[in-house]
Amino acid sequence: MNPNDSKSLLNRLSTNVSDLPRSGIRDFFDVVSQMKDVISLGVGEPDFSTPWHVREGAIYSLEQGQTGYTSNLGMPKLRNSISSYVEKFFGVSYNPDREILVTVGVSEALDLAIRALCNPGDEVIYHEPCYVSYRPLIQLAHAVPVLLETDASDGFKVTAEKLRPLITDKTKVLMLNFPTNPTGGGLTAQEVKDIAKLAVEKDLIVITDEIYAELTYDREHLSVAAMPGMKERTIFLHGFSKALAMTGWRIGYACAPHELTEAMMKIHQYTMLCAPVMSQQAAFEALKNPEEDIAVMKESYWRRRNFLHAAFLEMGLPCGMPEGAFYMFPQIAELGITAKEFALGLLESEKVAAVPGTAFGACGEGHLRCCYATSMEQLETAVQRMHRYVDGHRK
Amino acid sequence: MNHLLALLKENARISLEDAARQLARSPEDIAEEMDRLEQQGVIRAYQAVVNEEKLDETSVTAVIEVQVQPEREGGFDHIAARLSRYPEVISMYLMSGQYDLMLFVEGSDLRTVASFVSEKLSSISGVTGTATHFRLKTYKHHGVLMEFAHESERLQVSP
Repeated sequence: MNPNDSKSLLNRLSTNVSDLPRSGIRDFFDVVSQMKDVISLGVGEPDFSTPWHVREGAIYSLEQGQTGYTSNLGMPKLRNSISSYVEKFFGVSYNPDREILVTVGVSEALDLAIRALCNPGDEVIYHEPCYVSYRPLIQLAHAVPVLLETDASDGFKVTAEKLRPLITDKTKVLMLNFPTNPTGGGLTAQEVKDIAKLAVEKDLIVITDEIYAELTYDREHLSVAAMPGMKERTIFLHGFSKALAMTGWRIGYACAPHELTEAMMKIHQYTMLCAPVMSQQAAFEALKNPEEDIAVMKESYWRRRNFLHAAFLEMGLPCGMPEGAFYMFPQIAELGITAKEFALGLLESEKVAAVPGTAFGACGEGHLRCCYATSMEQLETAVQRMHRYVDGHRK
Repeated sequence: MNHLLALLKENARISLEDAARQLARSPEDIAEEMDRLEQQGVIRAYQAVVNEEKLDETSVTAVIEVQVQPEREGGFDHIAARLSRYPEVISMYLMSGQYDLMLFVEGSDLRTVASFVSEKLSSISGVTGTATHFRLKTYKHHGVLMEFAHESERLQVSP
């Protein structure tokens, strides 16, 4: 083989990987990164820096020379804190020695969970529009993604009624993410209960990605893991990135029955060994008094959500009020152009970046994901520019 | 805290319309609550936070710890009311611990502040002792950093 022949190298890739489509987000990122002075509503992370006491805690641990490996499962003191926090906030009790695994973000935990559970051909039900990694992770595990498309008419909900017809004798796993990236969708207590009942009835394992749980605005968040009969069949995934503004630390965790965390730990120990010790120290510090830190940031997101929602209605774009996270998913379909055309046009003519809904699944067509975790000044300018752009398309 | 107060403490210049949008209420409703808070004395003033070090004019600020003899009737409040009338006193608090009142005093120069302490403050009956500390530099005031914090570079698009 000629090593300079890139085609021959492409031929050598795993078909499982080469068949994976490129993320729509990456495509868009490449365009945006060529441009200057862009106001971005395209970022899926808080605009706050990590709370100072958390950063300070990590600095102190470095000064103390805490730079070695930790237990594969994560530092015992951090697992203890996680256990107390999850019990307090979500009402589910996990044994810190046997049922909690600290991971490199929820992203790693998702991958571990799917790989630990799935044999080739097992069916995994997930809902779109969703975070970009769900479908690829299922495919990388040689499992079969079974798509539940949700839509704006009911706030992008997953319900037991919609799920039932998708369940076959090969269905092994149901993946849930509420509040949802990119729609901000949430579920009522009754909807969560009904899904739990169905999962018990059909003997499904549920992987629930709760990364936005604390950022639920108009009601108490309810985890499916807390429903009767669910703890023993749920992998509960959570982390520090969103509510505690710690995206770059890459630190998350999985809580599940021992058999499942043990299986996930096997993959984790061979691929990752342990989550970075500095990030574990920071996470430990973050859980000392998380309510206060979260409340300050949540108040700020809540105001910006209200502001942006009012702004879209003033523009005449239909937009449901998101229940959580920091995303809004307005409809632009009535302008007669695709989400990608809208987003590229908005970027070129007004220098505002927002991600086309199709980056999160085909059923995101006609929508735009706008992240409101950016300063009020930036939001105000972005809204003025979008308004002008939308008016221009109506003429 | 009340949502409106939290918002105004961050930005007192916000328009009624913007405040209404952010709190998901009507501008009339916001105006009404602000009036009420003003009338009740909850909101006492709307002020700018200024970095004095950026100005050419110089001024001096001192923190003065004051020990007083509380009165049989009125405790500290009576003497505190008298002290707080001086325009040089910009802030004043009753404290626990070694001394009783903490005063922030502002003057055009060192001598002005010194003479306030020696001629006005010390001569008030009931004041039994003072300790004066001059401010050298302001790093943070009313929750606002005086220097712009270094902005970290965020990606422009991320999942």
